[in-house]
Amino acid sequence: MTLLTTVFAAVICTVIWYKGAPKSEMKVGVLCWMYWGASLMWLVDAIFEYADLHAEYFTPAPADMLNDFYLGLSVVALGLVIWLIILLVKDPKGIVKAALFRKKN
Amino acid sequence: MACFLVPAAEAVITTIATKVMKSKEGNPDTVKVQLDGAELVEAEKIPFSRKLGWLNKLLWGGSALLAFEHIWHGEVVPWFPFLTNASNPTNAAEMLHEMATAGVAMAVLVTAVWAGMLVVSSVIEKRAKKALPAES
Repeated sequence: MTLLTTVFAAVICTVIWYKGAPKSEMKVGVLCWMYWGASLMWLVDAIFEYADLHAEYFTPAPADMLNDFYLGLSVVALGLVIWLIILLVKDPKGIVKAALFRKKN
Repeated sequence: MACFLVPAAEAVITTIATKVMKSKEGNPDTVKVQLDGAELVEAEKIPFSRKLGWLNKLLWGGSALLAFEHIWHGEVVPWFPFLTNASNPTNAAEMLHEMATAGVAMAVLVTAVWAGMLVVSSVIEKRAKKALPAES
């Protein structure tokens, strides 16, 4: 469920990035790399788990599924927070700078 | 357990390699390409250090989110020795085994996907050059 949540987040971010490309004013690319990297790593985890559990892997207990989904959403939220920090620090549109400095008349 | 440490270690190495490469790279090659399929524009070929940056981002991003998962499951703690399984030899051996299997597989898969991206980008670059009119 964590893998699925992250893959969906990665796909959505990639579509948003493609729509806005080649301009990257919102730095959506950062989110794409982060979510795709995590998705690939969780895919490996899933393969190892599948090798261990076989078909049982696809029938998780509802409580486990819910916990994994909760974790997936938390991971997506953490990714968004990291992206927001990078966006504000790099400030590609100069919004933060404009808010900190006022033009002298 | 601590599988994310392997891609994180690779990320450290590739980040250093990127910085070194960036400092040694000269001016990027300029080529004329049809970016939107209509008019010819002069464009710079992206240097290898930038492509290596893709791998850095994949590795750092993935490792960071996986580290969070390990905190979630109580496998990483904010006190020494930071990894709960490192506190006794039996669990430590199990943890090292997981790092050697799942951790290495993660690093290999991410690197393989990046290598695939390099191949695809090289094909796209070659195609863009081939598509140019003869006079250019």
